[in-house]
Amino acid sequence: MAELYRRFGGGLGTIFLALVAAWLAGMVLAPNVMMIDYSLRPNLPPAEIGGSRDVYSLQNILYLANEGVHRAIFFKTVWASALVAFVTLVVCYPLAYWLAQNATPNQTAIAILALTIPFWVNEVLRTLAWYILLAFRGPLNALLLALGIIDEPVRWYGNTGVLAGMTYAYILFMLFPIYNSIESLEKSQIEAARDLGASVWRTHWRVVIPHAKAGIATGCVFTFMLAAGSFVVPALLGAPGSRWFTEIIYNWFFEGGDWNRGAAYALVLLVLCLTVVLVTLKIARVNLTDVAK
Amino acid sequence: MSAADRIMKGLFGIYFAAFFIYLFAPLAIMAAATFNASRFPTVTPWQGTTLEWFDALAADRGMWDSLWTSIVVAFFVVLVVLPVGTAAALVLTSLHARARSLLYAVMVSPLLTPGVVIGISTLVLWRQLGVGGGVFLIVIAQSSFIICYVMLMVAARLMRFDRTQEEAALGLGASKFMVFRRVILPFLKPALFAAGFLAVLQSIENYNTTLFVRGFDTPLTVYIATKVRTGLTPAVNALALIMIAVTIVGAVVYEVVRRRSRTASQASKEEQPA
Repeated sequence: MAELYRRFGGGLGTIFLALVAAWLAGMVLAPNVMMIDYSLRPNLPPAEIGGSRDVYSLQNILYLANEGVHRAIFFKTVWASALVAFVTLVVCYPLAYWLAQNATPNQTAIAILALTIPFWVNEVLRTLAWYILLAFRGPLNALLLALGIIDEPVRWYGNTGVLAGMTYAYILFMLFPIYNSIESLEKSQIEAARDLGASVWRTHWRVVIPHAKAGIATGCVFTFMLAAGSFVVPALLGAPGSRWFTEIIYNWFFEGGDWNRGAAYALVLLVLCLTVVLVTLKIARVNLTDVAK
Repeated sequence: MSAADRIMKGLFGIYFAAFFIYLFAPLAIMAAATFNASRFPTVTPWQGTTLEWFDALAADRGMWDSLWTSIVVAFFVVLVVLPVGTAAALVLTSLHARARSLLYAVMVSPLLTPGVVIGISTLVLWRQLGVGGGVFLIVIAQSSFIICYVMLMVAARLMRFDRTQEEAALGLGASKFMVFRRVILPFLKPALFAAGFLAVLQSIENYNTTLFVRGFDTPLTVYIATKVRTGLTPAVNALALIMIAVTIVGAVVYEVVRRRSRTASQASKEEQPA
């Protein structure tokens, strides 16, 4: 603090501090505190707010624990998000390895430019593209029918659609951390492993993957978090049988009219994401400072 | 080259091609569907090439209204995030190591929070204060996490700042305010431009957070997503095509400018005698 004032003087220093305080206290901390407050109170008509029934309890969170359908959707969202992270990892790993170790600098530059282009396009449009591709009478079914791979059109919307759309949406969040971590691996280590007779699989399993652990953890954590919190992908590519937890939260707010329960559900989602992020990073020994890169 | 190596190479080639088809095919099909006369956006069957969907888009009042809403939101977001993000980066770099890593964790926490949760928490706080959803809340909710990106970009540039410039200016009699205005701000300018561009993009493309705080206002992404429910026509594809074209041109300009400024700063570094 003293350093800040010494550098910028009283006036500017105070302005900077005030701006940062307004952001962190007013836009980050206060909303979250209010959300916790909401989730611990019952949903009451305006006249009864502050009255004798307006007491703190865990009712809203227990409701989620006891309501079978919502509980099932919650756990399904958790494992499906983990599956999305795993599939994205499998899809990205070979390319990340190639970019980091085998490609010439020119190839890397071109490939990275090509990779980034779709990601400048916004998520709603990218999902819309999948919506069109996977339609019942859409291009994918037409192609597979023409090739004779399927006999009748497949209904892709639902679990398959959500998985494909999410993997697509979060590729870069997986690819770049892995690429960065593999890039720092000395080529000679891979050659040494090969010269000592290790197979390709063994080289990856024992040399490359342990070295890239931090990048893999970062990629998985981000993909998991984004998937669990996604709304647009399940809303567009899902089916009634593949509802996502965020859709349940949305319904509490804008259809069920019970904001307190909605806030409680959102709190559960937040705690889940933060726990997964912090525990995974701790296990992989990744510093939060390195994640944001 | 052994047979096993050749097989690996072949497999990798197939995977590589599949990866890029996966990446571009959906966008290409969405773009192509704009020119199909079919009422539902698709490329199979092709019912004749047409430009009518661009006219349909131009005639769509709802689209223009929502585009305007998005532009207004993005404008105010930039107005909020640039000063606050810069201040955050300056405060952060003026701290000692331990305090810095703690504050850093707090500052990046919005990036680790799901977008829907940011929208919800902002909504419940402001309802308590008697403010409902709408453009104002969209700006507040979006800013709360876009500031993080600005902070990171400005802080990254500050790392390369040579503090002796600051001392030299002070030694020559400049006030602390003058040092900030004439030395630090000009140095940060490239990062601020990049951050401003990214902020506009983040704001316009945001959906998850915006959905909860929009009230009765409809920004572009919400409008597009609603269209899927209420009757999707290739007019939406025409809009997508235009947005993709604009973002790609913007992205290329952004990359070119960034690379040029990087090579320029490297060149100026090399010119300095050791």
